[in-house]
Amino acid sequence: MSDANIEFHAVATTAEVTEDEPKAVSIGRMDIGIYKLDGEFYAIDDICTHAYACMTDGYIDDGQIECPLHGACFDIKTGKALTAPATIDLRPYEVKVEGDQIMVGVPKAED
Amino acid sequence: MSDDRTFVIIGASQAGGWVAQTLRNEGFEGKVILIGEEPYLPYERPPLSKAALLGEVTVDSTYFWQQEALDEANIEVRLNTRVTAIDRDAKEIEIEGGDRIAYDKLAITTGARVRKLPIEGADLPGVFYLRTMEDTLAIRAAVKDGATAMIVGGGWIGLECAATLTKLGCKSIVVEAADRLCGRAVTPEISDWMYKFHTEHGVDVRLSTGIEKFEGNGQLERVVLPGGDTIDCSIAVVGIGVIPNVELAQDAGLEIDNGIVVDECARTSDPDIVAAGDVTNHPNDLLGRRIRLESYENAQNQGITAGKAMLDKAEPYSEIPWFWSDQFDANLQMIGLPQDWDETATRGDEASNEFVTFYLKDGIIDGAISVNNPRDLRVGKRLMQGKKQVTAAELVDPETKMQALLKR
Repeated sequence: MSDANIEFHAVATTAEVTEDEPKAVSIGRMDIGIYKLDGEFYAIDDICTHAYACMTDGYIDDGQIECPLHGACFDIKTGKALTAPATIDLRPYEVKVEGDQIMVGVPKAED
Repeated sequence: MSDDRTFVIIGASQAGGWVAQTLRNEGFEGKVILIGEEPYLPYERPPLSKAALLGEVTVDSTYFWQQEALDEANIEVRLNTRVTAIDRDAKEIEIEGGDRIAYDKLAITTGARVRKLPIEGADLPGVFYLRTMEDTLAIRAAVKDGATAMIVGGGWIGLECAATLTKLGCKSIVVEAADRLCGRAVTPEISDWMYKFHTEHGVDVRLSTGIEKFEGNGQLERVVLPGGDTIDCSIAVVGIGVIPNVELAQDAGLEIDNGIVVDECARTSDPDIVAAGDVTNHPNDLLGRRIRLESYENAQNQGITAGKAMLDKAEPYSEIPWFWSDQFDANLQMIGLPQDWDETATRGDEASNEFVTFYLKDGIIDGAISVNNPRDLRVGKRLMQGKKQVTAAELVDPETKMQALLKR
């Protein structure tokens, strides 16, 4: 993916996302979860790849987000599915911070 | 293929599917045969009383793995196949029709079957049970908008079914023999909340009520209550518990005691046979006793444990039991199997249907139930796992950050 195909959207302020409290945002029809981990912000798909649940309602521990419904764990930084029942990764998105705005990059075509 | 061994799994269930998948994930290159009695690939059971009954999902979408994924993993799935015997001396199983399949290692994941209601008329068309995809499809086909649905049993299946059938336009009546709902699983306070919640959603809940018989002329038309009163209804769903399918294991001489007795690594009394899921009686270190669980999480994680044990990579399995249920717009989750607690602490507001009740014993969480608050429950599970000292006062206090309790 080249940068030209990515469009950044301001989705939240840095104060709105803490290490314990992620934030669910929408860009177009996409539901994305914004997380803060070790001082950095990360964005991954917010709907569990196993069944319909918002990952940001889940529980954060040791760099992982655990699905509130069936307990599947994903790596917050990469979206990688770490435990059953999930076998498919959550899609990660590029994040940059401008001032106090958290910007998430999504492909233009899908917007 | 460098490995010429054959591992056979009886029961193409959630547990059985995870055994097969785990064998491959762990690098087993021998033959894997997954045998199922039903005509479906291993599927998720939770939607059977909810999304599948509502008709919101297709049968295929409930499969844990699609056929292509199983093919890719080189798992041979034999559906519509009933195993009739296990011959431990010959290390073979026999399937209906007489064919035999040799195994080097065997997994038994035969699950459980519904307990039948032994009363007159229970075999009438229109009287259903809910355990399998077939059951769900049959109930769905029989449901008519505006029909009266009699739900026998006020446990999880009964209440989920009542909620779904109400959503489908039925008038749902739940009869429960005990004096409260879900009596085996929750406290009287939570039973009261459930009663109120269902009543508010239009379900007619009748406690301390049994059923004398079903009646109808070739089709269910009414139930007769013990006093002789009758209630007209066109369908009934009976949910009064399940019985573990131990017969194959029992006939083969394996140790049985309310389920197939296995150790913490899912191994049975035969070194070449493991068992997992609803059918096992297993030790739980965290609870300090043996349990048999009918749960999603146990089927999955004990299945994974059993797969590893077949490869001599035994890892003890012990987790705090966790269950959930969805009824109308309430997501209920429970941890632990609390038996004796000395206080409870409710965080949140029962009236707004968003709370979690913790059971405490000597200042340590012994279990909890949440309604529309899975996150606090998950933190509670960690607190319980870590045997952290907490007070009812701080759990109840909305100013308390649950995560902070973990960190001290």
